[in-house]
Amino acid sequence: MQPILSLDGVAKSYGGVKALTSGALDLYCGQVTALLGENGAGKSTLVKIITGIVHADGGTITLDGKPVVIESAEHARSLGISAIFQEPVVFDALTVAENIFITGRPLKGRSVDWPTMMRRSREILAELDPSIDPAMVLGRLSVAQRHLVQIARALSNDARIVIMDEPTAALSHREAEELFAITRRLRDEGRAILFISHKFEEVFALCDRYAVFRDGAGVGQGTLQGMSSERLITLMVGRPVDQVFPKQVVAIGEEVLRVEALGRCLEYENVSFDVRRGEILGVYGLIGAGRSEVMHALFGTAPAETGRIVLNGETVSIRSAQQAIAHGIGLVPEDRQRQGAHLRLAIGDNITLPSLGRTTRGGFLSARREREQAAPLAEQLGVKMSGLRQRVEDLSGGNQQKVVIAKWLATAPRVLILDEPTKGIDVGAKAQVHRLMGELAAKGVAIIMVSSELPEVLGMADRIMVMRRGLVQGIVPRSEATPERIVKMATDA
Amino acid sequence: MSDVSLSARSKARVTRRPWHALVRWETLLVLAILVDFAINAHASPYFLDPWTLSDVTVSVAEKAVVALAMAFLVMAGEIDISVGGIIALASVSMGLVARAGLPLPLVVASGIATGLLAGCVNGALVTIGRVPSIVATIGTMTLFRGIAYAVLGDGVLKTYPPGFAWLGQGSVAGPVSFELVLFVALAAVAIVLRHATAFGRRVVATGSNPEASRMSGIATDRLRFALFVAVGTAAGLASVLLTSRLGSTRPSIAQGWELEIITMVILGGVAIEGGIGTIPGVVLAAILMGLVTFGLGLLNVPGIVMSVVTGTMLIVVVAVPAALRRYGGGRQ
Repeated sequence: MQPILSLDGVAKSYGGVKALTSGALDLYCGQVTALLGENGAGKSTLVKIITGIVHADGGTITLDGKPVVIESAEHARSLGISAIFQEPVVFDALTVAENIFITGRPLKGRSVDWPTMMRRSREILAELDPSIDPAMVLGRLSVAQRHLVQIARALSNDARIVIMDEPTAALSHREAEELFAITRRLRDEGRAILFISHKFEEVFALCDRYAVFRDGAGVGQGTLQGMSSERLITLMVGRPVDQVFPKQVVAIGEEVLRVEALGRCLEYENVSFDVRRGEILGVYGLIGAGRSEVMHALFGTAPAETGRIVLNGETVSIRSAQQAIAHGIGLVPEDRQRQGAHLRLAIGDNITLPSLGRTTRGGFLSARREREQAAPLAEQLGVKMSGLRQRVEDLSGGNQQKVVIAKWLATAPRVLILDEPTKGIDVGAKAQVHRLMGELAAKGVAIIMVSSELPEVLGMADRIMVMRRGLVQGIVPRSEATPERIVKMATDA
Repeated sequence: MSDVSLSARSKARVTRRPWHALVRWETLLVLAILVDFAINAHASPYFLDPWTLSDVTVSVAEKAVVALAMAFLVMAGEIDISVGGIIALASVSMGLVARAGLPLPLVVASGIATGLLAGCVNGALVTIGRVPSIVATIGTMTLFRGIAYAVLGDGVLKTYPPGFAWLGQGSVAGPVSFELVLFVALAAVAIVLRHATAFGRRVVATGSNPEASRMSGIATDRLRFALFVAVGTAAGLASVLLTSRLGSTRPSIAQGWELEIITMVILGGVAIEGGIGTIPGVVLAAILMGLVTFGLGLLNVPGIVMSVVTGTMLIVVVAVPAALRRYGGGRQ
């Protein structure tokens, strides 16, 4: 059988960062293909290329045996390609019918033919969920129903290829089952379906074929028959060890921070863990597992609703960043440009900002004391700069990140939280950040490192806490951590 | 690899610095002041008289007092459009207190307290109600002035205790007015606050990136609230000076002042999006605006033309730095 859509050697870079190097994927009519891969494996980029949102830099795309260049989202739709996203892309203020016919509205002359639009919407919805009235304002529907509206949109379009990007992430078990029933019906009608999920249970229940991506490349595809989840995980993580982590052997001391049964509605619940002097606690999980949210609870910027935080044996209340800083907690946030750095301020001003109280006397600034604090830190971290007066926005991403880390070191933290500390920075800066983490641990700082990069977590952490959908799946000591085990816990294989 | 090209670019920035210093905004303002001073002196033989120069300072000092506080607020990324309304409301409250026969200190205190309370209202709307400051203060601008009209209608309040007039009309020594002395003192305080204290650094940081500031332990909401209160209080103080100088209160008092005050701040080089600005720049802008409006008055230019000039100045001020950035630097 010939694939309806075939991608070969598809590549895409974003400003020098290779998101996809050689994407390979075949989709067949009447089959559901599972797309599997870790965070950052290139799945989203691949979907964006197929749906015409971004253009590939290289490689070939073949549709119905003929090479094709997908120009735009509109072009993709006209080729019969439709996508259903994890967060439904719908318009809350419009009616269901308008959402279904967001493009290609039936016209009478130059105005919209409402009766036809309503009738066709009702026909399409009758097969999916007859309880949805096409005249209803979409904002009143549940998340599951919004997914159905997206599917209705695909059907109104006569889509032959339907891409479903983690459609069940926000659905209950029963809603997911209903979605699967509809998906099977679409497949049996002869459509080709690409199904992206981190849940192996779903993959094995629904899919006929698999395609695995790793580090921007397709590493294997075929029929799911005879495949086990173990073999799929091995394909997903089995990368050559190309990084050596400067992990130092540090004597781990007494407990510094302990959290008990932390919870926040719809984000995480019953989160308990502790971290000790000199220890690096890795926190691994998929995007949306609730890791950053827990870190914001520790830092007071989004306090937990239940549970307690114990610092050096005492229960503390942390409801703002000021209080966290006073307790000796620092946070290097995930979003460097928005939350971490003041891009338009000078490097020196950035470094001294959280610890201004240390360099001022009676509220008055001292240029000398600020310099004495900032200069050694900038040097220790190897920030490449023309001077402390240079603006942070003129630095590369890696050097910006070093400035953000320096500003937290200036507060002399006892607990340092690093959320994706090496995301989007070059290899050299990455190694420097890792070395620094080791040095800090050796000095007795308790470090919590949130990371989506498996090698980083395995290479740097003394213990690894794995989270999935707001719950702690377990805490694994370094000696027992294998890539397969961690991924298995983070997904639900 | 990208590090290499970036450090090369930053070196280029360093070598450009002397030229940058030459086109510092404050330098341009000083030049403009000198030019306008020369034009005024040339246009009218009376301009260089110390008493005439003293007159220049009077009306501009009242606005400049508010502009000093407003500069901090704009640097923190917020704005207050309601200052004209606050001045009217404060003037009405002083008029009522004076009519009730209460002594001078209470009259002055009621004006300042009204400004402070109005600032609290604005601050609460923005930091607790989460209303964008431009929307909140457009609302309170109408509200405050509306209350003034509701209380006074077409009426005038003009019974003020003896000694009240000195605040707006009196002089400390010869041609040096009380208003001028007060402004100079407040400007000195503002310069120290902005450029030499942790508070000033936090204001600029908040305007530059509010989210990162909050994550760096700055109590951004408390800071913004305090700045709204400061602007309200400054407006109350300006109301004391203005009411004293005019000797009467009408609900239409200080109509349109908010635009002139904000113009001073922007003309002074404070970035409207926050994060950038100096107090000396705002002081120079106040002097320049005072000279220009007074000079036009000397030449008997009607008020409508003056607002054309003020408007043009504001547009030029916004356009010139944008052009300088485009042609003068590599950064967008």
